[in-house]
Amino acid sequence: MKLIIATIKPFKLEEVREALTDAGVRGLMVTEIKGFGAQSGHTEIYRGAEYVVNFVPKIKLELVVADGIADQIVEVISRTAQTGKIGDGKIFVIDVEQAVRVRTGETGDDAI
Amino acid sequence: MTLSKKLLLTAAAITLPQMGLAQDTEAASVTAEMVWIMNTLLFLIGGFLVFFMAAGFAMLEGGLVRSKNVTMQMTKNVALFSLATIAYWAFGYNLMYPLGTWSVEGVLSGVFGFGVLEAVGIDLAGADDGEYASTGSDFFFQLMFCAATASIVSGALAERIKLWPFLVFVVVLTGVIYPLQASWKWGGGFLDNMGFLDFAGSTVVHSVGGWAALAGALILGPRIGKYKDGRVNPMPGSNLALATLGMFILWLGWFGFNGGSQLAMGSVGDIADVSRIFANTNAAAAGGAVVALILTQLLYKKPDLTMVLNGALAGLVSITAEPLTPSLGMATLIGGIGGVIVVFAVPLLDKLKIDDVVGAIPVHLCAGIWGTIAVVLTNPEASLSTQLYSIIVVGVFAFVASGAVWFILKATMGIRVSEEAEINGLDMAELGMDAYPEFSKS
Repeated sequence: MKLIIATIKPFKLEEVREALTDAGVRGLMVTEIKGFGAQSGHTEIYRGAEYVVNFVPKIKLELVVADGIADQIVEVISRTAQTGKIGDGKIFVIDVEQAVRVRTGETGDDAI
Repeated sequence: MTLSKKLLLTAAAITLPQMGLAQDTEAASVTAEMVWIMNTLLFLIGGFLVFFMAAGFAMLEGGLVRSKNVTMQMTKNVALFSLATIAYWAFGYNLMYPLGTWSVEGVLSGVFGFGVLEAVGIDLAGADDGEYASTGSDFFFQLMFCAATASIVSGALAERIKLWPFLVFVVVLTGVIYPLQASWKWGGGFLDNMGFLDFAGSTVVHSVGGWAALAGALILGPRIGKYKDGRVNPMPGSNLALATLGMFILWLGWFGFNGGSQLAMGSVGDIADVSRIFANTNAAAAGGAVVALILTQLLYKKPDLTMVLNGALAGLVSITAEPLTPSLGMATLIGGIGGVIVVFAVPLLDKLKIDDVVGAIPVHLCAGIWGTIAVVLTNPEASLSTQLYSIIVVGVFAFVASGAVWFILKATMGIRVSEEAEINGLDMAELGMDAYPEFSKS
């Protein structure tokens, strides 16, 4: 099993969710986050005083999938979240040792 | 607002219209009783419009403070209005309107004590002033102006001042400082005798609130982190939709503020003047908003909504000293210059490290001074030197008296919350109650 962590632009969330559902993903964790990467921050002015917005709003997706489809899922996210402009986000993939479905006690691939 | 009250009525004044001495049939249809009723109605309508400005101030301030201080800001606004009501009744009203009975001629009223209404169910002969309006309507209307002065202060000192010392200041401001200087103009005191013109209070109300706020801001100091390492750190407001609603409510209330200050509605001339005032007041607000919109676009590449809100209010303050005589174009221009003043005064205060959370000092003090001077542009009866003299006299008095009260409060009760309380927000630290308990704080 793989844990896929992806940061995407907030307005891309619905598009990515649809593409993931179509690709067979049955669960997804979503968090509103702020952060910085290559896009970095930007300068704004409030009542005549300049200030730097250091953190840009993003959406963080976390999903666990079977090893066999991990690459395909990464490709789906990468394709649908892409605008070609700076700040599209990043995707990380991590090995997952175990998964348990709380209701039934199922483990491993059966639990995801 | 010139008070034309006379203590004693001459019998002739009451009976004149009934005797049919009016010059033509149309005028004859307006009896003295009707004039009195219409004047009273103007005060009542104007009064509740100005009352609603309390809501405007509350929303403007609630929107421009950070979410961790919203409950406190609302608490201060409700409390200050209510305390102003009591203080103005207890000392303010009679201090402001001596009706010719001075203990120091033209300076200090000789009438002390509670405000008293007329008896229940009077007729015109039983009225305090049969040529003016009911005392109840006059008290109600004037009280609202007094409370507005205190509202100005609360915004400037937000997010760091302790509740109770602030409220003590409000009682002194609304019970003594405001009514005392207002008596110099509207109570028929020495500034009025000199020919000082301030129709609805650019100086008497707005600048006085602004001076009190400035004295408080200087003595209180800026919010933690506002000015650090030579930089200004903006602390964006929690809800600009509320702030905008507040601005619109104030704009609405201002029709009562300026229109009601005609003080008479019993003739064609008076109601026509009231309508001129409404139209000019609106034009000045629009001028201030448009100028702030364009100027912030030019200066900062993006328009700044909070400056546009301040710009509209500065336009309103600017026209308040003379909303009657300008043409619509002139009113727009006077308001527009108010907008310019705000856009430059806000960053200037930051340069001086004077932390004014909502822009009360640029709007009410700076534009108030401008509006008082601008009277000479359209009213031939105004004298520039008298206007300037009055601005200085009232300014020095309001600033020194407020400063003294702030210093005394600082030395006795302390006026500033602890650093920890300020960082955690006054809502939890002083009240234990969040305005938005479901959301994370910023």
